Amino acid sequence: MTWIWSNLDLIWDRTLDHVVLSVPPIILSFLLAVPLGWLAYRFRVGRGIILSGVGLLYAVPSLPLFIVLPFIVGTTVRSPLNLIIALTLYGVALMVRVVADGLASVDRNVRQSAMAVGFSEWTQFWRVEFPLAGPVLLAGLRVVAVSTVSLATVGAVIGAQSLGSLFTDGFQRGIQAEIIAGIIATVVLALALDGALVLLGRLLMPWTRSAPSAARAPMRSDKEAVA
Amino acid sequence: MIEFHSVTKRFPDGTVAVDGFSLVLPSRKTTVLVGTSGSGKTTLLRMINRMVDPTSGSIEIDGADIGTLEPVKLRRGIGYVMQNSGLLPHRKVIDNVATVPMLSGIPKKRARTEALQLLDTVGLDRSLANRYPSQLSGGQQQRVGVARGLAVNPNILLMDEPFGAVDPIVRAELQQELLRLQRELGKTVVFVTHDIDEAFLLGDQVVILRTGGLIAQVGSPAEILANPADDFVATFVGADRGKRVLHLESHSDGDVLVDADGRLAGVLAGGTSPSAAAGAKAAPEEKAAPEVKAGPFAGSGAPAQGGDPR
Ligand SMILES: Nc1ncnc2c1ncn2[C@@H]1O[C@H](COP(=O)(O)OP(=O)(O)O)[C@@H](O)[C@H]1O
Ligand SMILES: [Mg+2]
Repeated sequence: MTWIWSNLDLIWDRTLDHVVLSVPPIILSFLLAVPLGWLAYRFRVGRGIILSGVGLLYAVPSLPLFIVLPFIVGTTVRSPLNLIIALTLYGVALMVRVVADGLASVDRNVRQSAMAVGFSEWTQFWRVEFPLAGPVLLAGLRVVAVSTVSLATVGAVIGAQSLGSLFTDGFQRGIQAEIIAGIIATVVLALALDGALVLLGRLLMPWTRSAPSAARAPMRSDKEAVA
Repeated sequence: MIEFHSVTKRFPDGTVAVDGFSLVLPSRKTTVLVGTSGSGKTTLLRMINRMVDPTSGSIEIDGADIGTLEPVKLRRGIGYVMQNSGLLPHRKVIDNVATVPMLSGIPKKRARTEALQLLDTVGLDRSLANRYPSQLSGGQQQRVGVARGLAVNPNILLMDEPFGAVDPIVRAELQQELLRLQRELGKTVVFVTHDIDEAFLLGDQVVILRTGGLIAQVGSPAEILANPADDFVATFVGADRGKRVLHLESHSDGDVLVDADGRLAGVLAGGTSPSAAAGAKAAPEEKAAPEVKAGPFAGSGAPAQGGDPR
């Protein structure tokens, strides 16, 4: 354990590296998944193509991807950019389906009434469907965040500095404490990002707190009884 | 004035929801479309604001063919209230009401001030303005829905079974509230319901529909009750079973009105003379029956002022 105390600086530096590698893919995959997910939700034909496309993407094994990517995008093999792109692709693969499902989960009544009172399609998307899909989007984004933080450790194998470097280094030099420190720091980082997302969700979606589902349930059944 | 000229709607799956429908809906009157589920009421209503476009035929508002108007703009000028209020669950009550005027470019501050006044108009306490819809009772939500429908000060108000999902006491109260509003505002109201009592209570003109959006009969409530066009209408309004013929029964506790099935229908207002009882047999006056049926609660309305907010 003394290793940890005397190497706190190193652990902190690797943590920052890890943040730099994993946060951009989380944000980028969200930004890319929104229009793709919308296409999949909006157009029947698009749905099949896009969803199976991103499904395949997720099935591509990560190591070959790291080796092939530089040839496709023209980066060097050891550039951290490769990792960021690869992680973004995995994030998109997870997130597109979530966006499509989230948009589809919006109450049909609410959508129709928004249309009825004169929302244009664009305004309705941003002011009604997108925010109301929020809770589903957030749930998906939390999975993406945690899985990205965990996948980013693989970067160490291709030479991108991250918390994963603590495992590889620890293995090579037989320092058990370093391996453990890497694992713990990765878990803590994942939990911290997850917590930040939950907090952000509370801030951006105040109605989800003040709308206890118990209050809505009896009214739902009213409606259904009549309909 | 809204005019339907031989309007037909065939959905892509082949369902003919409305077939050759022609009707004039007079301005500043309430026209009620009444029919069983699937008779094309919603489709008819939605063709007025172009949420649904007819397959053939045309619809005119004050002489202008709406097929030539831009749908989004058209909708912003027409109030719409639906069964499950359709309020935006993520916006506060005040924002739900103010949203539509703001879409049309009215400044936020003015839209909010007017929204507060509209809450007064529909009988809602201003203290509810900052709640989310899920924190209101069903009746309160419908009132907000009506306020939102009125927010753009439209000439036309479309209402699709707006009181269908609230309990009978609240419904009776909302109906009276709508009658009051209509006396004050004089909108061209198109009201959809499957409840014939509600249709007769609210409608200046009542349109009874068969499946396929076919008109079984059009007329004032009195005309329809007095002269049902055919057996279908007679059955629908309950005239065939003598449901609307009441007779007086004397009990030790007092005199009550009883319908043909022996159900208590109510009491006579102001005295129980035989001539008054005979008067009750004239069908149109029985319009008041739905309220009277509420028995001990009739008129009090106290618990219905929105119920418990949750
Ligand atoms: N979008 C649609 N696609 C196909 N059929 C529809 C659609 N909307 C309504 N219908 C059909 O049209 C008929 C009339 O529906 P609707 O106007 O909703 O009736 P109502 O409001 O009187 O219950 C029904 O048979 C219904 O199934
Ligand atoms: Mg309907």
